Amino acid sequence: MEIKSKDYSIYYDSVTETVNCHGSLRLNGMDEYAPIVQLLNEVADQEPSTLTLNLRNLEFLNSSGINVISKFVIKVRQKGTIQMVVQGSKRIPWQGKSLKNLQRLMPKLQLELE
Amino acid sequence: MTKIDMTQILGDFRNDLPVSQEGLTIVFSPTSVPLKQRWRNNGLSADFMADYFSTFFPGDEEHTPETDTQAQVKNAVSFIANELLENAMKFNDETSPQPISIRLQMHSHRLVFLATNSVNPQDAEKFQAFIQELISSDPSELYLRHLEKDVEDNDEGGSGLGLLTMINDYHAKLGWKFDTVETNPDAVAVTTMVQLTV
Repeated sequence: MEIKSKDYSIYYDSVTETVNCHGSLRLNGMDEYAPIVQLLNEVADQEPSTLTLNLRNLEFLNSSGINVISKFVIKVRQKGTIQMVVQGSKRIPWQGKSLKNLQRLMPKLQLELE
Repeated sequence: MTKIDMTQILGDFRNDLPVSQEGLTIVFSPTSVPLKQRWRNNGLSADFMADYFSTFFPGDEEHTPETDTQAQVKNAVSFIANELLENAMKFNDETSPQPISIRLQMHSHRLVFLATNSVNPQDAEKFQAFIQELISSDPSELYLRHLEKDVEDNDEGGSGLGLLTMINDYHAKLGWKFDTVETNPDAVAVTTMVQLTV
């Protein structure tokens, strides 16, 4: 599963059970995020045992995008069967500031900042 | 109909800021190009402001990214300016000919953002109610409450998440000024002030 544009790409690798996000996500509200929400919901519905969200190449994320990622984490938590890992980068300042919020939504979430 | 006095100041809005020489203002005329087609301009404008102001702060390759002031300022300006522009575009009263503007100015140890757009009086009242909730709540708790409220409901409503992120993650101070527009008594101009300590 993949969604790609000039500014960003979202790709789910079912072998490694990893969602990879690249680029800059600053779409206009939930209407424009709908295809991404759908992709993430499909991934959650597959209930992989360990699910990795790799954000290490996601340079920018607006608040609508924060909303999408947060609700994805809540959805995964509600499944109750998935071990979730979020990979971030200290090189990208917003990740050092904001990714910890995901752990507050899902205390068992493993956050790997490198 | 009784005219409601919309002039109001909420939160941490400073009217007494010293006149600053160094600043950058970008103005958008709401009628020239439809909102949808210029959405990408929000990010471009925010990144330009971030790039422009980052030159005033020392960068240091030897520092880790967490302590590199230039990288931190650049990223913070980019996030905050983009959120302010997105909100201004989203909530702007399309029937109003008033331009939308964003200004960033530098003071000692802080950056001050000012974003102005017009809203219709009904929306202004709703927004004021939201601000009241924001300034009387614990922002960190409100953030979680907003996200947990309805997971299936993907409408972000008042989009308070951007403002809450500025407060919680960037330690910014926020204030608002509501003012009547002289040329159009039916419109309300709202200015959001964001103060970021650097």
